[in-house]
Amino acid sequence: MKHTISVLVENEFGVLSRISGLFSGRGFNIESLSVAPTMEADLSRMTLVTRGDDRILEQITKQLNKLISTIKVVDFTHGEYIERELALIKVSTDAESRAEALRIVDIFRAKVIDVTPKSYTIEITGSPAKINGILELLRPMGIKEVVRSGPVVIGRGAKGVVA
Amino acid sequence: MELTGSQILLESLKLEGVDTIFGYPGGAVINIYDDLYESPINHVLTRHEQAAVHAADGYARCTGKVGVVVATSGPGATNTVTGIATAYMDSIPMVIICGQVPTPLIGNDAFQEADMCGITRPCTKHNYLVKDIRDLARTIKEAFYIARTGRPGPVLIDLPKDIQVTKHKFSYPDKVSLRGYKPTYSGNSRQIEKAAKMILAARKPVLYVGGGITLAAAEDELLKLAEQTQIPVTTTLMAMAAFPQRHPLALGMLGMHGTFYANMSVTECDLLIAVGSRFDDRVTGRIDSFAEKAKIIHVDVDPTSIGKNVDVDLPIVGDLKDVLGKLLGILSQKSELVEDSVESTEEWRTMIYEWKERHPMTYRSSKSVIKPQYVIEKISEMTDEDAIITTEVGQHQMWAAQFFTFRQPRTFLTSGGLGTMGFGLPSALGAQVAFPDRQVIDISGDGSFQMNSQELATLVQYQLPVKIAILNNNYLGMVRQWQQMFFEKRYSQTVMELPIDFIKLAEAYGATGLQATKVDEVEATIKQALETPGPVLMNFKVSREENVLPMVPAGKAIHEMVLAS
Repeated sequence: MKHTISVLVENEFGVLSRISGLFSGRGFNIESLSVAPTMEADLSRMTLVTRGDDRILEQITKQLNKLISTIKVVDFTHGEYIERELALIKVSTDAESRAEALRIVDIFRAKVIDVTPKSYTIEITGSPAKINGILELLRPMGIKEVVRSGPVVIGRGAKGVVA
Repeated sequence: MELTGSQILLESLKLEGVDTIFGYPGGAVINIYDDLYESPINHVLTRHEQAAVHAADGYARCTGKVGVVVATSGPGATNTVTGIATAYMDSIPMVIICGQVPTPLIGNDAFQEADMCGITRPCTKHNYLVKDIRDLARTIKEAFYIARTGRPGPVLIDLPKDIQVTKHKFSYPDKVSLRGYKPTYSGNSRQIEKAAKMILAARKPVLYVGGGITLAAAEDELLKLAEQTQIPVTTTLMAMAAFPQRHPLALGMLGMHGTFYANMSVTECDLLIAVGSRFDDRVTGRIDSFAEKAKIIHVDVDPTSIGKNVDVDLPIVGDLKDVLGKLLGILSQKSELVEDSVESTEEWRTMIYEWKERHPMTYRSSKSVIKPQYVIEKISEMTDEDAIITTEVGQHQMWAAQFFTFRQPRTFLTSGGLGTMGFGLPSALGAQVAFPDRQVIDISGDGSFQMNSQELATLVQYQLPVKIAILNNNYLGMVRQWQQMFFEKRYSQTVMELPIDFIKLAEAYGATGLQATKVDEVEATIKQALETPGPVLMNFKVSREENVLPMVPAGKAIHEMVLAS
């Protein structure tokens, strides 16, 4: 089963390798990982997506917590949360397909952020499923490049995840 | 007052109560060694950095203090890795200080540069690269704190050469503040209450005790719990000395080379109380049939140990001294129920004693060849079971666990988790440094001994009277045993073709070398070794194809033991 986990870590030298090394060393899988500093400069927040049964997830959470640099681990899977991913997509266009491409962009509430006579570069934010959806529709035109950020998540409601 | 980085290091070590360092100098730590020249801290120069780490490890295991190592950058530092991994697997508190190339050169493939934080990340509890002199004192404080608290372990500090010479005001912090590290010491009272209920309700309970009991110094609590409830105790390799093996409730070791009665007890029990143990594969054998009929209580300070290999009915995270203490408190208020429980488990103990009578831990003795088990029995007897025993890894290690009758905590130092050949001699060295007046004996094999035999020089230099007993079968015996049992006796690369003259080797270093080739020479050899001052090597030419039994073949359940060849 897929799990999306937020990890608050010390924003310090080597912390990313501690986390990624933990996953590779123990044979846990990482589907995606995104990291950036938080409002507190000495804290980073990671969002990682992993898969495994209950026992593996229990181990992942415990092992993450065991790292000295880890301050908090939240597995969002069983709660209410909002998940967003950013994708930048470079799609080939010709006279015939340009209008269709714009219609798709409009339907998905995406944005064209760069234009050449032969291409559009599209920015889209949404759930990973929504991004998969637009990619499916754009595919016949010819996708030259896709960059996805991997999802980030935040819990619903007034309560925040704090250190 | 302003001090240089290396002075700050040594002052901090003093404040941490460090009196002995094990190490080896080199270019990137030359400033530290210059300051050590006048320091009251005792430094033991080993002949290899790996040995320095094992020596610090032995020192830590027999004292409970944090072992301290200094090594230079690059090869000096990489030589420590096996030692660090050994300490990590057995949760031994240790701080390793490595020199590093100057900070402006880091990442440039400089001379004797190695990324030690990268290399040791998976085999340390935590590690640090000190890039700013202002962080040094705090880093050392944190390193010692992390090493000795919670589930202990090795912590590495990588200290660049320029930081060692930079001056800064020295003030050692009183406290550490690590928001990501707060070990749970106090066991949950309701869980402990439940554990007491389960114990009182059990008809066939067994205590399965691991090295955590000694790390928590909770051996007294364990003994009290066992005696109060009359629950039999099986110990892992790491805990053989944590429970007096002559005790009627002692079942000896369990697992791959465990006793018949320990393995049967675990297989048949209805309640397994795991205390400071981690369900290692060498203990459990085929995991799905391990303690199949039992409810499991698991007490450990490290939450990751719980539920990792087996599902647990009652997890308790906490310090074993705290948890067992609370458990004893609850039981002492229910003395009538405890009495009832002792009565109702009588049948179970009778069953276990019958197993023990049917298949005691024994071997076929011989008058013509020296049996390795016999040598260990004799050493046990002739040292009043009071010596500190270290081992290397292999057959001799298992025989030491099976046939030495341990009766005091911290007297059996062995590489359990990593299984490091070459551990025994340097760890004996470290133990002897810690206890100059105690008898320290390295039980060794001819293969393992040669992995760190250069440490004979260290023993002689410091006149450390370690006695080494080589059970010499001219084989890499444990692998040979597997080849005999599972690979049709194809002894691929396990025959040590060259017979070493160990007496001459000992003498070359200035140690005493003794040899026994006949059964009736064994006692005299041990006696002479114990009476000879200084380091002594005993070479026992033992029965060559002796096997360690019982044995649970890989992939089998622990009750499916091979009992005889």
